[in-house]
Amino acid sequence: MKILVPVKRVIDYNVKVRVKGDGSGVDLANVKMSMNPFDEIAVEQAIRMKEAGNADEIVVVSIGVKQSQETLRTALAMGADRAILIVAADDVHTDIEPLAVAKLLKAVIDEEQPGLVLCGKQAIDNDMNATGQMLSALLGWSQATFASKIDIDGDHALVKREVDGGMQSIRVKMPAVISVDLRLNEPRYASLPNIMKAKKKPLDEKTAADYGVDVSPRLEIVKTAEPAERKAGIIVESVDQLVEKLRNEAGVI
Amino acid sequence: MAVLLLAEVDNGALNMDATAKSVTAAAKLGDVTILCAGERCADAGKEAATIKGVAKVLVAEDPLYGHRLAEPTAALLAHLAADYDHIVAPATTDAKNILPRVAALLDVMVITDVSGVVDADTFERPIYAGNAIQTVKSKDAKKVVSIRTSTFEAAETGGDAPVETVATAAAPGLSEWVEDHVAESDRPDLTSAGVVVSGGRGVGSEDDFALIEKLADKLGAAVGASRAAVDSGFAPNDWQVGQTGKVVAPDLYVAIGISGAIQHLAGMKDSKVIVAINKDEEAPIFQVADYGLVMDLFEAVPEMTEKV
Repeated sequence: MKILVPVKRVIDYNVKVRVKGDGSGVDLANVKMSMNPFDEIAVEQAIRMKEAGNADEIVVVSIGVKQSQETLRTALAMGADRAILIVAADDVHTDIEPLAVAKLLKAVIDEEQPGLVLCGKQAIDNDMNATGQMLSALLGWSQATFASKIDIDGDHALVKREVDGGMQSIRVKMPAVISVDLRLNEPRYASLPNIMKAKKKPLDEKTAADYGVDVSPRLEIVKTAEPAERKAGIIVESVDQLVEKLRNEAGVI
Repeated sequence: MAVLLLAEVDNGALNMDATAKSVTAAAKLGDVTILCAGERCADAGKEAATIKGVAKVLVAEDPLYGHRLAEPTAALLAHLAADYDHIVAPATTDAKNILPRVAALLDVMVITDVSGVVDADTFERPIYAGNAIQTVKSKDAKKVVSIRTSTFEAAETGGDAPVETVATAAAPGLSEWVEDHVAESDRPDLTSAGVVVSGGRGVGSEDDFALIEKLADKLGAAVGASRAAVDSGFAPNDWQVGQTGKVVAPDLYVAIGISGAIQHLAGMKDSKVIVAINKDEEAPIFQVADYGLVMDLFEAVPEMTEKV
């Protein structure tokens, strides 16, 4: 089985986010970028499935600016076999919307015919939590979101999902789109030899136009603002003082 | 403008809090019709009809919708969408699962986790774990929108909207429900509780999490946890508060042994009063706390439990 994993280049998890002074967005110039952490979990899962004999090829796809090839090289260094870069933007500040991403991925999937798509449940930049579900709809495939355990059982997958009430187990027909949650696995670091080897792995470069997909946004970004700041509070000296403040000043207990 | 709002129905029961808060947001968009879908949900439909501001309730009863699988519920919403300008739902894990699928079926962009409604086309939503608030204007003919319920007040009850049954859509036959693993609890629901007591990595173990639970029970509070505490196995996943867990805005949020990573702050910083108890005075949680107590939680929490 071939597994396809979409990966997104986003601001690094540890970088402090700054809103641009003109309100046009978040400043991404000269900021450290990395693979979306949820996508790393998806790549790791694909590699583990290949190691367990449940997959024979892992294709990673990234859609965005040309620099996304760094993200693809990271996935190749972790253990993916082949990469496809779809250049769809010139400016790092242009975010391709999940609907357009899903349409491009569908076009790739029509060519590649994978048996499974593993993707991160959301990207930590736009926090949209949508691409996997949209892709599944466009393909007419089954979907399992927020996976914390995946077992392949012939032409089905048994997926344990993290939901509001706890966990839900579902059985989905393959091919399927599965979006992964935090606790599915802990992604490996790429070793130096594997980073060197990854440079020689195949990476195809395409454009959105090659697939005939219109990536123009449906949502116009009117403005991007800093969230309301909380006023600094006080440090209390003891539990007694804390309880007194909560009771008499804040009136919440 | 006509709005179709997917009610949160779990095992036949209406989640009144999440649904009524979404009605408040949806009412700004137009006339609200609520859809209750489930194996049995006539009672949920009747209850939803009491929410003020609701024009009509549709009930779709079929085993297909019993476990809120995305494929059949999305097909039903897409099938009903022709008569509506907006498809709305509270941003629960169910709706996060279903709504993007509906949007793709309708060839429109989904707008998730909306924290503010500017007008019928324009919405505010947090991005980058709440480090920025983006205002977006949709150019699509239909809008598919999930609502961050913690930022809206619940609509009142006392209304009496008509209830109709609707025909169900075809079964896509793609997924089957196997089982739910739901912890029964007498505590209030995390997302609607007035008081939340949360523990982090500093609590140290699953056993010691009982300290957090005791304080919570004394306060009649829900129990929350940071991602670190859940990852470490101290607390179950459905207690996680944060960017990828639950978003809460109680009157009082007590953060115990939680350092305050931005991903955690994203889930609780709209709380009215925040208390932080942490022995590390440099912990970032103190920057958002109204009342900070620099103290070992193993001393502070039992003492507080006794004194509240």
